[in-house]
Amino acid sequence: MKNLINKTFLKLKKENRPALVTYTVAGDPNKNQSLTLLKRISKHVDIVEWGFPHNCPTADGKEIQNSSYRALENGIKLNDIFNLVKKYKKDKNAKPLILMGYYQMVFNYGEEKFVNKCRQVGVDGLIIVDLIWPYNKKFASLCKKKSVCFVQLIAPTTTNQRMMKIIKDSHDMIYYISMLSTTGGKLKVTPKTILKNFNKIKKINKNKNIVVGFGITDKTISSLKKADGLVVGSALVKTITDSLNQRRDPLISAEKMVKKLKSKII
Amino acid sequence: MGGAQIWCKDVSSLKGSAHKGYHATINALICKMSGRKYLCGDTGAGMFGKNLAMAGKHLGLKVKIFMGTKDIARQAVNVKFMHDAGAEIVPVDSGSKTLVDAVSECMRYYVSNCETTHLAVGSAIGANIFSKICVYSTSQISIELKKQLIKQFGKIPKLKLINVIGGGSSALGFWNEFIDYDKKHVELIGVEAKYAAPLATNAKLSILHGAAQYCLTNKDGQISPTHSLSAGLDYPGSSPMHGFLKDAKRARFTFASDKEALQAFKLVTKLEAIRPSLEPCHAFAECIKIAPKLKKDQIIIVNNCGEASKDKKIFLKELGYYPS
Repeated sequence: MKNLINKTFLKLKKENRPALVTYTVAGDPNKNQSLTLLKRISKHVDIVEWGFPHNCPTADGKEIQNSSYRALENGIKLNDIFNLVKKYKKDKNAKPLILMGYYQMVFNYGEEKFVNKCRQVGVDGLIIVDLIWPYNKKFASLCKKKSVCFVQLIAPTTTNQRMMKIIKDSHDMIYYISMLSTTGGKLKVTPKTILKNFNKIKKINKNKNIVVGFGITDKTISSLKKADGLVVGSALVKTITDSLNQRRDPLISAEKMVKKLKSKII
Repeated sequence: MGGAQIWCKDVSSLKGSAHKGYHATINALICKMSGRKYLCGDTGAGMFGKNLAMAGKHLGLKVKIFMGTKDIARQAVNVKFMHDAGAEIVPVDSGSKTLVDAVSECMRYYVSNCETTHLAVGSAIGANIFSKICVYSTSQISIELKKQLIKQFGKIPKLKLINVIGGGSSALGFWNEFIDYDKKHVELIGVEAKYAAPLATNAKLSILHGAAQYCLTNKDGQISPTHSLSAGLDYPGSSPMHGFLKDAKRARFTFASDKEALQAFKLVTKLEAIRPSLEPCHAFAECIKIAPKLKKDQIIIVNNCGEASKDKKIFLKELGYYPS
């Protein structure tokens, strides 16, 4: 399966730098602005993750919870998100797009219908945070058939034996959760430990692209640039929230932050 | 009332005033035996929180209880108890500010602290093992009941077992030993709160808190808000095990309104010395509905799974009095 995500990683390997991956919530602060924001930051970002909000987000800390509630209050629905993705993919700066969210939303929509829709509008990958291996095997192969990259998750508590099985069933990209935390927690392990675990995964299969997420901010990102990619979510979402609270333009602050992040990994 | 014989399994007479005592004790023991020093749990009505605080204190564990701010206000008696027993109460102000958000927040805390902390999920909900720990613990109720029945009747007579359902921990404990009986022999009746009744209203199969279950949702898949005067029932989901009993047609699920529960409290407390909390009042409401239509040889047993003093303020407000 050679989709855009894999191509991006190949390109970046030649540039000898990790992928900058961002996470924002679709529909926050509202439908149109979330799309404009995504387009704006895409100039500087390599892969974008876009959250489809759920009102019971058990894996998320305060920042992403608030962002999700804001989006839902402004009326975002799954079908709106698919329409926005379609528009996004027509933009000249469009990057590979990964939709990220909770299994309830997929299950309710219908697994097959969901993946078909993803393919139709140009979604490149999926992260379903609470659909863990091995329960995601069927869904992951459904994704593979439609050339959508299903991103498996690995945590610091994942045993070696389990890790090997997860990697075997993974597609082009794997997400390594840096620490035991919900999203938005302060980085409580050293970059050294994270990179040690990263290398452990890499050793099992060096062809897999492993991105590291959780606790990544403009302060921590440069220490982890040996990873294949780094995900910044809560820190960026917090910038959006702060701008809204201070009546500043969230688009400008988000773009500024993404530029800063980029400068720290090249 | 006439009709069927009505018996009551008075679980509320336990030291912790509810069946949650069994469940809390087992969780505290697991915590202790696994070498962890911290115990976290969620609570709605405060019954699980209260019992977890007691069990934790007894075993020298540090206890953290997650509770919605709406529930903290309406179940202040239990909050004070938990506090006095040395537990830390973490107010949860997100979403509906009730049990569903308390469970989410507690799970978030556990994910970040799983190396030092044991997660005690307050009902027969959550990922597989947590439901099992819960039902294993509360099953003590039916083990006891079975012995009592044999002592009283010399056999297991034809029964109807009525139990309230929020998450479903007391019902599963009350029914566990009787599930293998034919439903004509032992009928299982679950009673939910009218506006928090995923089983009785045929809600869609959904994913919540790490398990597939019947849960109230909107068309787009978002979890729906619920309403119940009773904090312990104010929850959109239900135990996956109840979902199984529903699919297998082994149990029958119905609901009672706030008003019916209050009327049941009036009648039960007028006739008997027991004082059911708002939660089991829903079970009594169903019993009052069906008992007069049944014959004298029919035996109904209602699980009185919680004691009323935590709800004194609510009864005073809604009924204008609280029986001595």
